[in-house]
Amino acid sequence: MNYDLVGSRVELEHLQSQRLVRTVARVYQKVPFYRKAMDAAGVSPEDIRSIHDLPKLPFTRKSDLRDSYPFGLFAVDMKKVVRIHASSGTTGRPTVVGYSRQDIETWSELMTRALKYAGVGEDDVIQIAYGYGLFTGGLGMHYGAEKLGASVIPISGGNTQRQIQLMQDFETTVLACTPSYALYIAETMEKLGVDPKDLKLRVGIFGAEPWTEEMRQEIQERLAIKAFDIYGLSEIMGPGVACECTNQDGLHLYEDHFIPEIIDPATGEQLPLGEVGELVITTVTKEALPLLRYRTGDITVLNAEKCSCGLPFLRMSKVMGRTDDMLIIRGVNVFPSQIEAVLLGLEDVEPHYQLVVDRKGALDDAELWVEVPAHISLDEVRRLEQLSKKIDHAIQSTLGIRLQVKLVEPKTIPRGAGKAQRVVDRRSLYKLQREDG
Amino acid sequence: MSVQQVSVFLENKAGRLAEVSRILGKAGINIRALSVADTSDYGILRLIVDDPGRAVEVLLEKGFSASETEVLAVEVPDEPGGLAQVLEVLEADGVNVEYMYAFVEKASDDALVIFRVSEPSRARAILSQQGINVIPAEKLYRL
Repeated sequence: MNYDLVGSRVELEHLQSQRLVRTVARVYQKVPFYRKAMDAAGVSPEDIRSIHDLPKLPFTRKSDLRDSYPFGLFAVDMKKVVRIHASSGTTGRPTVVGYSRQDIETWSELMTRALKYAGVGEDDVIQIAYGYGLFTGGLGMHYGAEKLGASVIPISGGNTQRQIQLMQDFETTVLACTPSYALYIAETMEKLGVDPKDLKLRVGIFGAEPWTEEMRQEIQERLAIKAFDIYGLSEIMGPGVACECTNQDGLHLYEDHFIPEIIDPATGEQLPLGEVGELVITTVTKEALPLLRYRTGDITVLNAEKCSCGLPFLRMSKVMGRTDDMLIIRGVNVFPSQIEAVLLGLEDVEPHYQLVVDRKGALDDAELWVEVPAHISLDEVRRLEQLSKKIDHAIQSTLGIRLQVKLVEPKTIPRGAGKAQRVVDRRSLYKLQREDG
Repeated sequence: MSVQQVSVFLENKAGRLAEVSRILGKAGINIRALSVADTSDYGILRLIVDDPGRAVEVLLEKGFSASETEVLAVEVPDEPGGLAQVLEVLEADGVNVEYMYAFVEKASDDALVIFRVSEPSRARAILSQQGINVIPAEKLYRL
């Protein structure tokens, strides 16, 4: 199963094509959903002979997983399934994913690869502060770290004071969690008077939510570590689909197992390398839940330049946003990640914000709530007004749209262990109600 | 020692002012004078307390944005034209008054007014040259 990592692109594409042909034949035979979808698209398994035939295949969407709840898309008997994970299902039915013993083995192998190329080794002590349980973050990281031979602290998420205590006592060298939780840990350390320079912590493996380059700089400074971005989604596998190497210049997407494409989210057309669009992934080694052309909803761009780390795989940029996070405010496409980047670029402003979108009459009304930093001296209304004007201008010049800036008290915008709540879109609430009714 | 005012950022929502007073009260800090500058969304609460350093500390602990600002406590003749007299002195020397508010207690027969000016040390010198009394922090906090 293991691909020789020094192989050339030609060899890699050959391997991908082989695996793709096998996968397509198998899902056509084993998964009624795919047989139906392929028949409807007028494509038979024989039409797929190499990765260049990918565009002939139909897409798989998250809703297809939901509609086949719980196990409808599985391609093996349940007796072959050794693990089940599921999404929280806050926006509807949960999406359920399954793994065969071989799938777990592949996952561990890829996580090991991710950690190794981020400079983590068997001498490291890894504190896994991703949630354990139905969420893939905790256990995915855990199996990889153990296989690598590192010492694993399976602390799971939450209880931040204890996290910091164990970092001190167990001399943790690697922290794995969401980037917003890493910032929260840094904040808590400051509050407790713990200097991260006194810790052994040197590396952070952060993922499960989009984060910006500026946020990386901030985490690296405040925790005195090198912070690496890891990418994954449970539908495809979990963490370890792609990860940065020590060059910190794009996430190597492990193409020996996952074939990436970039498409225009509106038309579904495949885009040439180097263009920004939605990431679509076809799994070519998964046994229990193989997916053809899965629409990840993540906006990114692929880079084919050779990397000095030696891995032959394409690099995806940090995820720039979600197709479903993408807000259309007064006709302009807005990604919350852009807002974060703007705030991080400003002095005297912290990247804690919430975008509240509502509709007043026929018009969109967007308020950007930004926390006033606790320590800055703002004695005069004039200065506060200057501050909000500064934010206003910066947002307007980057996004091309005016958001009404509202300053709020420190620590009043929710944050914590989970995915950050950055957007409150009251418009979609109305829409949902209409659909339900 | 110069007089330090405590400035607190407050959102315009119910109970925030009460919360600040409660926090300070619990910490045994006495509020001696206050003023609020507000807009439709937020306000700045300005306080003279008996222990400004500690007040900022407890407010930061409770998640407020708070800082210290240097102000002058000036004795103003308690008679018609008294305030104008003091302002003229400052104006003549180009010292800008950003805001001011009255202190409740008195140190003498004169009224006591808190001034926030552009250049506190120069303003102090100008006022004392004109025989206008600027009350030092040690004395003000104990009034």
